[in-house]
Amino acid sequence: MATAAPPAEHERERAPRRRGRGSRRVAVGAALLALAFLLALRQLGLLFPDHIVWPVMLAAAGVALIWRQWGGRGRPAPPPTTARSAATQAAPEPAVSDERAALRTLYRGGFGVALIVGAGLLFLYANGALSGLGDVALTALVAIVALGLILAPFWWRLGNTLAAERAERIRSQERAEVAAHLHDSVLQTLALVQQRADDPKTVATLARRQERELRDWLRGRPPTAERESFSAALEAAAEEVEEAHGVRIDVVAVGDHPLDERAEALVAAAREALTNAAKFAGDAGPVSAYAEASPRRVQVFVRDRGPGFALDAVPPDRRGVRESIVGRMARHGGTATLHTAPGQGTEVELTLEDRE
Amino acid sequence: MNPSVVIVDDHELFRAGVRSELAAHVEVVGDADGVESAVPAILATEPDVVLLDVHMPGGGGVEVIRQVAKVRPEQRFLALSVSDAPDDVIAVIRAGARGYVTKSITPAELADAVRRVADGDAVFSPRLAGFVLDAFAGALPASQVDPELDQLTAREREVLQHIARGYMYKEIALRLGISAKTVEAHVSAVLRKLQLSNRHELSRWAAERRLVD
Repeated sequence: MATAAPPAEHERERAPRRRGRGSRRVAVGAALLALAFLLALRQLGLLFPDHIVWPVMLAAAGVALIWRQWGGRGRPAPPPTTARSAATQAAPEPAVSDERAALRTLYRGGFGVALIVGAGLLFLYANGALSGLGDVALTALVAIVALGLILAPFWWRLGNTLAAERAERIRSQERAEVAAHLHDSVLQTLALVQQRADDPKTVATLARRQERELRDWLRGRPPTAERESFSAALEAAAEEVEEAHGVRIDVVAVGDHPLDERAEALVAAAREALTNAAKFAGDAGPVSAYAEASPRRVQVFVRDRGPGFALDAVPPDRRGVRESIVGRMARHGGTATLHTAPGQGTEVELTLEDRE
Repeated sequence: MNPSVVIVDDHELFRAGVRSELAAHVEVVGDADGVESAVPAILATEPDVVLLDVHMPGGGGVEVIRQVAKVRPEQRFLALSVSDAPDDVIAVIRAGARGYVTKSITPAELADAVRRVADGDAVFSPRLAGFVLDAFAGALPASQVDPELDQLTAREREVLQHIARGYMYKEIALRLGISAKTVEAHVSAVLRKLQLSNRHELSRWAAERRLVD
């Protein structure tokens, strides 16, 4: 057995580093490495007969399996999947999967032990050491089985307890995280709302901002400012206009588009249209922004329910519409169309066709 | 005659608010604060419309719809929620609600929505219209598509786009040169496609979107 030790040692260093992959693959890999190592030695003239090569290979696989399973015990708990799952699910699921993981650990660990014991027996048998020891081997086997039967329930319960403890730890971590978030956001806002109770506009703005932030958090997505896409940029622009003018803007976006230079120009034009709508029609109810993006075309519609106006009546010096919206769209190969009439609200339609 | 309504919501403040806001427009015949109390209340009063909160302990709005539908399949539901998560919306629509509005809706709009649902029409908020357009936008392999159910017609798409842009049915009818009844027929057709379509892609889409978003 002495000759088998060096390659096994060698594998022992290697195996833990591969934790986190499929343990079956690790075991097979370790066995193949051991085999390659021995074959290389054989090629160099250091002859190992078959009755050493095969047991060593088996043992290497077993060691790798055991290390993969039990060496990995101290692994930190996986982070909670998303903030939403933390908030909405009372997490019975982690407990179940934990239990299953513990079972798998036991099962695979046992398999590793069996591999090593098998390798040892094979080695002894191949070397003829077992011939006179049949009785002893049988005795040992019976003893091992008996020991296994005695220890199994204990082992089982240990696994379960560990799993339960871990689930509880994850739960309390998630609870702490949710509490911390609510404290930093909602409670702060509520305190501000109480201070400003006599200022309805500020209160509404505070509430809107908090609502947006909380929705993003519940959906487990970063705030609009940190996302890089056309629809996120549009939503961010709408949020800014909303805060600046205290008018609600409902954004509905279908599809998305990368935020290239032209899409940025489109967002800038849309922001101007939103600002106009908020300024001139903000009292008449919420402003709607609808964006539809496909690879070929991006469109934004900004609609208000304000008084509307006759297009001819717009004075030529009104740079907002002419320059910032129509002109900007034209410079980037797009179009801007106004639908309006007195008493019917105003809708600005911005279209950007793909150039190709 | 004003439509009769049962309000199902686990927030008492909200129930009281809706009750007083809608008092002039509808006849509130009952309310309930959860799945268990809602089902008998609805079956006892047989209202024209049930205003239904999506998130409640004990299974939520979807569960109420499921249980009532067993006994009274013709019951009409209008879902009402603070959530605008696509999977919530799609789930309750597919369970059988005739419309979905968020709680930020104005009282006048809510009263109008209740009346439309009572008349058998469908009520789509701009956001719901956006979700539906999004859900039907993805091209599917031809073998998986039931052309009768899984595609929106050009007209239906146009109507949904106008809803998403913030137009009321009447305004849409005016813009598209069709009657308001036709607009309603298109929206009802879309609702039917949403409910009957056997694409599991629809729910998968909703789930994925939450992760991707």
